[in-house]
Amino acid sequence: MNITGEDLILACSAIGAGLAVIAGIGPGIGQGIAAGYAANAVGRNPGAQGQIMSTMLLGQAVAETTGLYGLLVAILLLFVKPLV
Amino acid sequence: MSYAILMSSSTDIDSFYIKGLFSYELFGQTLWITTSHVCILIVMLLLILFAVIANRKLKNATEVPDTFQNIIEILIEKLDGVVEGSMGKHAPRFRNWMLTLFFFIFVSNVSGLLGLRPPTADYGTTFALALVTFCMIRFNEVKHNSLGAIWKDKCSPLPPWLPIWLPINLVSDIAVPISLSLRLFANVLSGTVIMALVYGLLGKIATAWPSVLHIYFDLFSGAIQTYVFAMLTMTYIAQAIGDDE
Repeated sequence: MNITGEDLILACSAIGAGLAVIAGIGPGIGQGIAAGYAANAVGRNPGAQGQIMSTMLLGQAVAETTGLYGLLVAILLLFVKPLV
Repeated sequence: MSYAILMSSSTDIDSFYIKGLFSYELFGQTLWITTSHVCILIVMLLLILFAVIANRKLKNATEVPDTFQNIIEILIEKLDGVVEGSMGKHAPRFRNWMLTLFFFIFVSNVSGLLGLRPPTADYGTTFALALVTFCMIRFNEVKHNSLGAIWKDKCSPLPPWLPIWLPINLVSDIAVPISLSLRLFANVLSGTVIMALVYGLLGKIATAWPSVLHIYFDLFSGAIQTYVFAMLTMTYIAQAIGDDE
């Protein structure tokens, strides 16, 4: 069995895709912190629950972006194969 | 094959790829009519149908509303409230566009439930939407602020005669539509890819129970992303208008 250059690039792309999705750690921690503080705020002021919810969701969605960039890199490496 | 997600492909197993239906030549370029175009047309037809029916219903509205009229009134009132909450007194000018955006993105995201490939999982769609947002931000900035104030804002942490921060502020302005469109695109695409993997890998085992995943990836995620896209659009526009009296 001989490994061509293309096979090597594909294998390395798969490893790279796996590494790229590690970017999900950051947003995970960030969203958890945001949700924790939102729960804290609702506990202090239950009346403002609606506004706290929407602020939290907005902040979490913005924090999520960096993780999604990692996901995009992984998807591009796996399915678009720009290096082959 | 190489640019399959962004363009078109003829492979058979990857059901989440955008597929080209037929190609045509324009100015020497080969362009494709893809499944995204067809899905957008279906979404548009659904929305137009809903709009026509709702319009006809409200033309002869009754004092005591029945079910359908109630649903329309609740929808419009809630969404108007959201726009009002983040844009204040400028809300009436942007209400129509924001509601259209809400409905279009939401129905697009949810159209995965109808068996379509969500049009928002195509970078072309989301980038077009974000470009419209970008143009509205810049247009309103110029309309509501004097050029001197804009120059001062672009050099903002430093005094206006020292434009060292100007390129950084310009880059952050240009990053707005890119991050907006990539966020929506990547969220919807990840849902589509995961659903395709579940159906493709598990085959016959995947009956009925993936509906739970559909609820999360299509309904919940779609609704959240719709809300986020619209909220960020409104926030950016309100920021660009500033507080002129």
